[in-house]
This record gives sequence, structure tokens and C-alpha cells, in this order.
Amino acid sequence: MKQVPNSITTLIVGVTITLVSIWYAQNHGLLPTAASKEASLIDGLFNAMLGISTGLFLLIQGALVVSAFKFRRRKGDDTDAAPVHGNVPLEIVWTAIPAVIVLWLSVYSFDVYKAVDSGSLHSMHAMPKTAQTAQPGRVATLAGAAIAAPLPQLTETAPQPETRNQQQQDAAMQDPATANVRNDQVPQRREAPGAGVTSPQFGPDSSETGQPPEFVVNVTGLRYAWIFTYPDSGVTAGELHLPTGQEVELNISANDVIHAFWVPAFRLKQDAIPGRQSRLRFTPTTIGTYPLICAELCGPYHGAMNTQVIVQTPEEYRSWVQEQTETASSSSSTIASNPAEQSASEFLAPYAEQFGALPQLSADAQTMASSSNSALLARR
Amino acid sequence: MTQLQLQKDANAAAHGSEPAHTHWREYFSFSTDHKVIGIQYLVTSFMFYLVGGVLADLVRTELKTPESDFVSPEVYNSLFTLHGTIMIFLWIIPCLVGGFGNYLVPLLIGAQDMAFPRLNAIAFWIIPPAGLLLCSSFFVGPPQAGWTSYPPLSLIDAKGGEAIWILSVLLLGTSSIMAAINFLVTLLKMRIPGMGFNQMPLFCWSMMATSAITLIATPVLTGALVLLAFDLLLGTAFFNPTGGGDPVVYQHMFWFYSHPAVYIMILPAFGMISEILPVHARKPIFGYRAIAYSSIAISFLGLIVWAHHMFTSGTPDWLRMFFMVSTMVIAVPTGIKVLSWTATVWGGKLRLTSAMLFAMAFVSMFLIGGLSGVMLAAVPFDIHVHDTYFVVAHLHYVLFGGSVFGIYAGLYHWFPKMTGRMLNETWGKIHFVLMFVGFNLAFLPMHKLGLEGMNRRIAIYDPKFETLNFICTMGAYLLAISTLPFIGNAVWSWLYGPKAVDNPWQALTLEWMTTSPPPVENFERVPVLATGPYDYGMSDLNGEDDANQEVPFGKDFDPALSAGPDSSLRAGPDPAVAARPEDRQGESQNRD
Repeated sequence: MKQVPNSITTLIVGVTITLVSIWYAQNHGLLPTAASKEASLIDGLFNAMLGISTGLFLLIQGALVVSAFKFRRRKGDDTDAAPVHGNVPLEIVWTAIPAVIVLWLSVYSFDVYKAVDSGSLHSMHAMPKTAQTAQPGRVATLAGAAIAAPLPQLTETAPQPETRNQQQQDAAMQDPATANVRNDQVPQRREAPGAGVTSPQFGPDSSETGQPPEFVVNVTGLRYAWIFTYPDSGVTAGELHLPTGQEVELNISANDVIHAFWVPAFRLKQDAIPGRQSRLRFTPTTIGTYPLICAELCGPYHGAMNTQVIVQTPEEYRSWVQEQTETASSSSSTIASNPAEQSASEFLAPYAEQFGALPQLSADAQTMASSSNSALLARR
Repeated sequence: MTQLQLQKDANAAAHGSEPAHTHWREYFSFSTDHKVIGIQYLVTSFMFYLVGGVLADLVRTELKTPESDFVSPEVYNSLFTLHGTIMIFLWIIPCLVGGFGNYLVPLLIGAQDMAFPRLNAIAFWIIPPAGLLLCSSFFVGPPQAGWTSYPPLSLIDAKGGEAIWILSVLLLGTSSIMAAINFLVTLLKMRIPGMGFNQMPLFCWSMMATSAITLIATPVLTGALVLLAFDLLLGTAFFNPTGGGDPVVYQHMFWFYSHPAVYIMILPAFGMISEILPVHARKPIFGYRAIAYSSIAISFLGLIVWAHHMFTSGTPDWLRMFFMVSTMVIAVPTGIKVLSWTATVWGGKLRLTSAMLFAMAFVSMFLIGGLSGVMLAAVPFDIHVHDTYFVVAHLHYVLFGGSVFGIYAGLYHWFPKMTGRMLNETWGKIHFVLMFVGFNLAFLPMHKLGLEGMNRRIAIYDPKFETLNFICTMGAYLLAISTLPFIGNAVWSWLYGPKAVDNPWQALTLEWMTTSPPPVENFERVPVLATGPYDYGMSDLNGEDDANQEVPFGKDFDPALSAGPDSSLRAGPDPAVAARPEDRQGESQNRD
């Protein structure tokens, strides 16, 4: 490196690159609105990485461009350049600096991940197949609760520590509305890698810290629609309505192929895998309507498998739930908001039109639904 | 006397007596000449590149508008599935590994041919039928599940095409395992006397790393595909969730090969860039050992980063953290290479030939892909951009801005050696400018698209992304157009171009020490190393008598089993090996 520019030039160039990088990291305008508590943390990480990348890009790209002009061969000069084979101190420096940067980035990412992960943001749980019919009493209690109080009962569905692994998804299938839309022909995995107790977790789980999610929504992906069922109120919807400022836990699974739940405004994504239950926990903060996208190729109409997240004030959210419950009860002469009375296809017919696709539910799913229904009636 | 003259004099005896005249029919035959096989690979894979490119432009045409208005969504899915498969398995891997690897490795180490010439020919002749088989799936309903073929989707739609896809990729994997064995044996056993590992040209190091990865990882892909075929055709449930199978296990097996495959696709290009930059910068490579050993480091680390493709697949937390750190760490050896190349160029006397322009563009485009790669390693950020156009941009900056720019750099650099004709430099530069602009137009906006929320593999998208998509499509068209000057230039030059001299770029490595094109079996006698592969400008510096130049012969650290003069495989010291022809006595013993 014989032709290093003199120190003042180097200093000026260094300071300029640093300032430009820092400025760009703050003013890139590349990300959509951040609408959850977690999103701003992730944006901070991105901004830091973008700043470092911009600096490195300008430095190396600059060196290449300067070389292309400054060090190009002059006419008539056929000699070789100075034979510099290397420079050990310099090589040590440029091995050490990236190493330090990536280690720092790893620690920073880990911190962000843990902060986002306060209730084990992403985790998977295996469920024995028999679980959904194991506790008919509990189904009745839940359904009864929903009738008695259409408003969200935030603590009713909190996971019990001793049944944590199963309870996470049992809650989903115990809810008749969810049981109706989910394909229970897919056996749930018991010992899937990354599922249940087999996976060590970072950070405390919600049930361990005694902080249950404020409420739970079951999310089911099927070609080509998302169905959201609210165990608290028995509401089934094709759009995800969330009250602002409340921590929500999504219990995500799929009926047919792998889908992925993605809300760019929340910066969160989780695959919905048949046979597995995945959880996603976050707190929406900004009122608005945001796209909700399927991010995993699921077939020809994958691009159309979109819907919306509607983040509302708690009041608006409550009135939306009320409205949904009333619509459901007026459309059916049977017990309020108990969709288990209907067969799966019957129940989903109005939604099918809305989603533009017919969910493929098995005969078995319908049998299951009606059996849990008869258990319910028996108790009554 | 310059190093160049020294190397040339030392190898005057090895110089081929006259250039090869390969009859055109030879290229359509089961030839065992590594140079013929190399060119067979290059031309065949380039044909598939054109097919893959047409598919890419059809995809971009569909994406010019937000609606699905050009092809049906089913056909659209097939287009990108075949685009990905063809570009990876039929263009980049066969071109870099099969084409340049076969052509250059024996020449660079002074060997007559590859270790197993017939195996080599078999490995090549698997490619055309496998490729045609894949293309034939158009007649039965092509596969629609993406080049990743995740079950259960791959078990549901377009089953016939999927079966063809599996068979074709299995064949291509077999071919690449055969080639990998061949390269390893050739590199370990057939170097000329005196060429220890640390005297090997850097392309040989990168081919060694590549072959090691291929050998370790490809069998796992084969296993995954065989199980997938069972699920598809026999109704088993290894991966099929309705029978209790686990689709995530397929993802692990698939990426255990397919992430290392990224390094199979880039390491040979790294090697070629390390050859090309010093020649045209007239300066030794900066940090030979750092570049050589970082290839090995990359090939090892490349094997333990696969699950970063699966951060949203429901992998447990500890696994995510492990793969985040290992993925971040791989940036260090890669960064060493990029910085070493930059330092090689800095302070040189650059001859901005087409080959050099492509090589420098390789460094800067790969830099962008590398930086976005580090971002993608960070789990919280990856969760946002996974399966979006940000990833599409990243992978094209690595595989197009990296590998394909590297391939073109190699083609412009070695075309005179391969054909004995010079390419036209003006048309080469026109090609470069069109391709550089087209590439950045097509792929730079995709970063923003992905960050803002456009997912990949969709035919229908949110109208707010239309402007950027339009720009991308125009860039893709420009890329297609940019190929035309190259094709014209290559065909015309091969037939009528000015004759190339033996060493048009005044390079020091051994392939330039014989005729252009080299004769069958490459050298008349065993070539010798009078200088290191990158000793440009050395004698200008010290002005010493050339006789005092250190010639790396028979070093003590030569491993006992290598082919060096101290090798235990040898009967005794070989008097036929000496730097200067007049010092040699008799014929070389290992050349019968």
C-alpha cells in the first residue's frame, strides 16, 4: 500500500463517509410504518446495520472506483506495478474489525430478539391428536363464558403451567369456532424438532413469569385464505381485528400446505405449518389498517392470499366483537355464536365467498365438530 | 529479465509444439480430453443460461403490472420454478465447476489431464439429458413448487412435473459428485513437482474447497429427494403431514445441501477473480495465504449455516441463535477476500480490459450482496424480510452480480487460451456497460420492494409497488439485450477473430506457458515453476540477478505424499526437473 493518500485526505474522507453513513441510516425511508411495540426495536437494528453497510460500501466501492481512474495504465507504460505481496498488520486489522462488527451485531440482534421475545415470541408446541376431545367440560365452560360475556375475558384462556405445552393449542381446538375451521385430520407432532419441551428456550415463557397474553387469537391458514377465530368471543373473521396497546398471542397453524403469516407493519412473520402450532406474541400500538400477507409459496393463487390487520381502539374493537356476535346469532336460530352446530362447509360458506375459495375440510373434521357439539349438548 | 521471461524460458521445453486443432465433431463426442469437456460444459450451460434467461424475462413481463395478466398463475409458478432450477443446476454450477474447473485445473497445475478422464466425460454427458428431461416437463405440466420444492405443496400440485424435477436434479447431483471426486484427486495427486499447496494458483484452492463441499453436502440432497419421491409416488409420509410426516425435516435436509451450494456457486468465481485481478492490475495478489485459507474457512463454515433459511419455520430459539452467529462469522473470511482484492487493485497499473471490468464489477456487486447477507443473518431483521424481494435482491447480487459477472470475467480472460482467437474488446465493453446498468436496474429496486412488504413468488401484487416493478422489468429486458453483443462477439471471434498469441495478457500461471489452444495433454514436457503464480513486478523491484531468484523447489515442508521431488512416491531425485532448460538432464520420469 504505497500510495495511500496523505493523512489529511484520509481523515476528511473518513469523516465524510462516517457522516454520510450515519445520516443515511436515519433517513433511508425504506421501511413501512411501524405499528407494533416490537417493530421499532427491529427498525433500530436495521438502521444500525444499514449505517455500517453504507460505510463499508462507500469505503470499498470508493477504493475500487478511485483505482479504476487513478491507477489505470498510462499509455506506453508496459511495466508492472510495485510487487506488494501483502501487509500482515493490515490484514490482521481487516480481519479483526469485521469480526468485532459481526460479533457486536450478533449480540445486538440477540438483545433485540430477547426483548421482542418477552413471552417466547416464536415457539412451537406439539399436541397429541386426542387432545381436542379430551376435555369436553372445558369446551362447554369456554363456550358458556363466551355466551355470558361477549366481551373478551382476558384471563379465561390463560395457559395453565402444568399443561402449558398442550394447552397452547388445545385452547385453539377447544374453541368450537376454531375446531370448525381447522383440519384436524393432520396429526399434530409430538416430538417435532423445535416443538414443545424438547426445545430449550431463551427468555422466560409467559406461563412461567405469570404474565399470560392479554388475549389469544387462533390463526388458520388454508388455500387461499386466513381465518381468525377468537376463543374469547366465538367470533370467526377473515380479517384480523386487534385492539391497540394490548398484547396478543396468535396461535398459528395451517390446514393444507405451509403458509406464512406476515404483517410488514409489525415486522413479524411466522410460518403456519400443518401438524404444528406456532405462536407469535406482540403488542400493536398504532391504529390503522395494514396488509397481512401469506409469505410462503402455497400454490398458484399465493399472491392473492392477502387480507388486513385492523388495529383499533379498545372501544372500537369491543363494538366490532359485539357486532360480529350479533350477526352470528341472528343468522342462526341455535345457541348464540356456537358454530359447532353447523357442519364445517355450511359454517364456512359465507366466508368462502368472501375469500374467493372453498376451504377443503375433511369429513373427519366435520365428525369431530359434531361430536364436540354433542358433548356440549349433553352437558347442557 | 522479468519474471515473465523467466517463467517462459523455464517452460520453453514444456511449450506445446503446435496449437491443437480440435475438429468440431470432437465437441459432440465422448471425448476424454479435459479441455474438450470443459468447453462442452461451457457451451451447454450457456445454452441453458439462455433458456433460464428467457424464463426470467417471462416472469418479469408478468410482474410489469400488478394483475395476473400475462400468463396463468399456474404457468407463472412453473416459470420461476424452472428459472431457479435451470440457473442453479444447469448454468452456474456446470459452468463454473464443470466448465472452468475442467478447463483450467489441469493446466494450472501442469497436469496432462484430469485424474479420471472417463469419469469426467460421463459426468458431463449426464448434464444434457438431465437438462432436456427437466425442460420436457413443460409437456406434462411443469413443477410449480419453486426450486426449493417444499412439501406438502410439492406433493399436491403438478405431480408429474415434480417427479421429473426430482429425477433431473438427482441426475445433476450425481454428475456433480463425480466431478468433485475427480477434482480432489487431480488437485491432490497431479500437481507438478515443486508445486506445494502454497504454490498452487488460487483457483485451485477454491476448486478444492468447492469439491469438498460438493462431496459432503450433495448426498444429503439426494437423500431428501429420494424421500420426497417416495412421498410423491408411493404415498409414504416422510414429509407429508397428513400421514404424520414432518415437512420441516425436508427443509433441513434441503438446505443442508442448498446453502453450501451457494458456496459451490461462488467459490470458483472467487478463484477466477483471484487469477484475473493480478494479471490485469500487473501486481501480485494481496495476501495469497489469507485468500487461500479463507476459501477453506468458507467451505467449512458454509456447512453449518443452513438453518438461516428457516428462521421463520418454527425452529427453536437456541437453533436460531447458533445459526445467526455462524452466519455472521462467515462474513469474516468473505470480507478478507473482498478487501484483499481491493488492495490488489489499489496501486496497480490497471489494464481496463473487458475481463478486468467484469472482475472489478464482480467485487463491487458481490460486496452489495455480501452486506445484505450479513443483514439477513440477524434473526429479528430476517424475520421481517424472509421470503420477500429483499431476499430476491440479495441472492441475485450474490449469484448474478457475483457468479455470473465472474463467469463473464473468466470467459473474456481465457477465451484466447480456449479458442486461440481474441475477442473484440470494444464489443466486450459495450456488453459490460449494458449488463452492468441492466443488472442494477433490475435488482437494486428489489431491496426496497422487499423491505416495504412485497413477498416473493407472487404473480399478483399490491398496485403501490408498480413503479419499482416496472423499473425492474426494464432492467431485466436490458439484461437480455446485453447478452446479444456477447453472443455475436463470441461466435464471430471464435470463427474469424484475430489469432491469439500464447500469452496475450502477460500472465505468469502455467496455462499461458503453452500454445493457444493447448495441445492434447497440454505440455510437451513437465512444466516447471520458475516464479510464483503472481510475482508481477518482482525483478523490477530488486534488480538482482535472475539466477538468484528463489525457485520454490523441493521445499522441506512438501508433504511426503505429494508429487514433489522429495515425495516418497518417487524413486529418487528427478534430474529432469530444473528451472532452466540447460540444467536439465534427461527426460522427466513421470512423463511417459
